Amino acid sequence: MFVFIVRRILQMFPVLLGVTLVVFLIMHMVPGDPAMLMAGEGATQQRINEVRHGLGLDRPLPVQYFDYVNKVLHGDLGDSIRSNRPVLKEILVRLPTTLELSLASIALTIFLGLLFGIISASRQNSPIDMIIMIVALLGVSLPSFWIGLMLMYYFSVKIHMFPVAGWGTLRHMVLPAITLGIGGAAIVARMTRASMLEVIRQDYVRTARAKGVTERVVIYKHALKNAIIPVITVVGLQFGALLGGTVLTESVFAINGVGRLIVDSIRARDFPTVQGTVLFVSVMFMLVNMVVDILYKYFNKRIELN
Amino acid sequence: MSVKVGRERQPLLEVKNLKQYFPMKGGILGRTLNYVRAVDGVSFDVYEGETLSIVGESGCGKSTTGRAILRLDEPTDGEIRFQGVDLAGLNHAEMRKMRKHLQVVFQDPYASLNPRQTVGRMLEEALGIAAVLPKAKWRERVIELLENVGLRADQAGRYPHEFSGGQRQRIGIARALAVEPKLVICDEAVSALDVSVQAQVLNLLKSLQQRFGLTYLFISHDLGVVNHISDRVMVMYLGKIVEIAEKSTLFENPCHPYTRALLSAIPVPGQEKEGERIILQGDVPSPLQPPSGCRFHTRCFMATERCKIAEPELRPMGEEHSVACHLV
Repeated sequence: MFVFIVRRILQMFPVLLGVTLVVFLIMHMVPGDPAMLMAGEGATQQRINEVRHGLGLDRPLPVQYFDYVNKVLHGDLGDSIRSNRPVLKEILVRLPTTLELSLASIALTIFLGLLFGIISASRQNSPIDMIIMIVALLGVSLPSFWIGLMLMYYFSVKIHMFPVAGWGTLRHMVLPAITLGIGGAAIVARMTRASMLEVIRQDYVRTARAKGVTERVVIYKHALKNAIIPVITVVGLQFGALLGGTVLTESVFAINGVGRLIVDSIRARDFPTVQGTVLFVSVMFMLVNMVVDILYKYFNKRIELN
Repeated sequence: MSVKVGRERQPLLEVKNLKQYFPMKGGILGRTLNYVRAVDGVSFDVYEGETLSIVGESGCGKSTTGRAILRLDEPTDGEIRFQGVDLAGLNHAEMRKMRKHLQVVFQDPYASLNPRQTVGRMLEEALGIAAVLPKAKWRERVIELLENVGLRADQAGRYPHEFSGGQRQRIGIARALAVEPKLVICDEAVSALDVSVQAQVLNLLKSLQQRFGLTYLFISHDLGVVNHISDRVMVMYLGKIVEIAEKSTLFENPCHPYTRALLSAIPVPGQEKEGERIILQGDVPSPLQPPSGCRFHTRCFMATERCKIAEPELRPMGEEHSVACHLV
C-alpha cells in the first residue's frame, strides 16, 4: 500500500509538468495583455512596459516557463497579478468553501444515486423503474446553471425558503449542493442500475438465492458489493470534477470559491493565478483518483495495487 | 402420465406435469408474443438415496427443470412435491425455509461463488440460514465441511479467485452441504472442469452421498459422467421426457430412437465401435413452435406418418423403464 502511494505520487510529476506547460502556453496565446490591464486605462506605453518588465513578461517564453516551474518546485505558485497576494493563499482562502460545497453535493450524489439505482434495478422494467430512469435522464441532460436558476427562482424568490445567493450557513448550502448533486446523482443512479442488473444475473447471486438468503441480503450484500466498483469510478470522477469545476454553480449563486477564482483570473489575464489554480485542481483530481484506486482494492479483493 | 416404478420405495421428490414457459416479449408495449416452452409437462419421481440423472442436448429443458424445482424460476404449472409438501404452493418465506432441504451445485465454479466473500464467510452464511448450530460452533463446522470435500481448514480465509476450478467446485459442494440438505441438484456440476478433475469431483459426490445419505438429481449432457454416477437416467428432448430407466437398462437396451442416437455417439477408446453411429439430421427445433405429434419426428430416422400427428405418451416398457415412442 505504501509503495503504491509513493509510486502514484511520483507518477503525478510528469502529468503535472504537462499540465503546467499546456496551461502556460494557452494563457500566453490568448489575446489580451495583463500588463495593459494592470497599468490601467490611459496608461502610457512606458508605464505598460515597466509593468511588463516588473512581471517578467518581457523575457523569452522558455525562460519564463522554467522560472515558473522552478518556483513551483519550491512551493511558490507566484503572486496574483490582480491582488498581488500569493496565489497559494488566494486558493487556500477559497478552498474550504469549495470543499464544503463539493462534499455536500457528492454526499447527495451518492445517497440519491445509490438509492434510486438500487430501487430501479431491483424492480427492473416496472413503472417505478421507468419513472426513475426518465427523471435520471432529465437530471443528466439539464445543465446545472439552469437547474440552479430554477431552484433559485422557486425556493428563494417565490417561497423564500433559502437565501438567493452567498455562502456561510447551512441554508446557503442547500440549493447549490442540490444543483451540483442532481447531475451526479442521475449518472450514479443509471450506473448503479446497469451495474446491479449485470450482477443480479450472475450465478453467485442465484447461488445466494438458492441458499435461502433473504432478498434484502441478496441485494445489499451479495449484489451491491459486487456492483459498486463502476459506481465508485463515477463518483470519483464526479468528485474530482466538483473540486475544480463548480465554476458555473459558484457563479450562479455568487459563491467565492475556487471555481470563481479561476473564472475571474482568466477574465483578468491573471496568469499566475490561473496556472496555480489549475495546477492545484489537477493535484486534487489526481489525489481523488488515487483514493478511488485504493477503494477498488478494498471493494474487490482480486485487484492488486500495482 | 407419472412413471409408476419402484412402488416399495418412497419418493423424496415427486414432480407432476411440470411446465415452464418463458414469455417472449416484443413490440413497443412489450406484449407477450409467444412462449418458449422450455419444460412442457414433465413428471417423474426421485427416490430417497438415489441418483437420478437428466440428460439431453442443450436447450432440452434439463437445467430449467432443475431450476423450476428449486423455484429459482417460478414454474408456470405443475406440482413439485418434496416429502409430500407441494413446493409450488409455498409463499416466498416458506420456500426460503424449505431451501435448506434442497440445495444446488451450479455448473460454473468460477461464476457461482461470490468473489467478495471468503470461503469461510460463505459457509457461515449458509449455517446462519440453516440456524441449527449455535454461532460458537460455526468455526468448527466450517472446518469439518472443508475437510469433507478435501480442502484444508486454513483455506477458509481465502477468496474464491485463489482456488482452482476443481477446488472451487468442492467449495460449491461444501456450501450446498453446509445446511445438511436431503436433495442436492447438481446442475452440470462437473461440465466446466477438465476430465481428470471431473473424475475427482464425481468420486467426491459419490462418497458424500454414501456418507450422508444424499439424494442427487444430476443434470448433465455428458453420458460418460452420467454412466459413472447414476442409478436411473431420464432423457429429455425439447422439454419432454423421452425415456426413463435404470442406468444399466438404458445403456444396454435403449428403446427410444433419440436415446439410441445419443448412446451411439459415445466414443469408445481403442476400438472401432460396433454398430452404426446414428447421425441425427438437422438441429433441435425451436421450443417456440415445437413440432406437432412427437417432438422428435423431424430428426428421427424411424419416423412414420403417425409420429407427425399423434404425440406419444410415456409408456412403461418393463420394470422401471418407460419410453415415449409409438414405434417401440
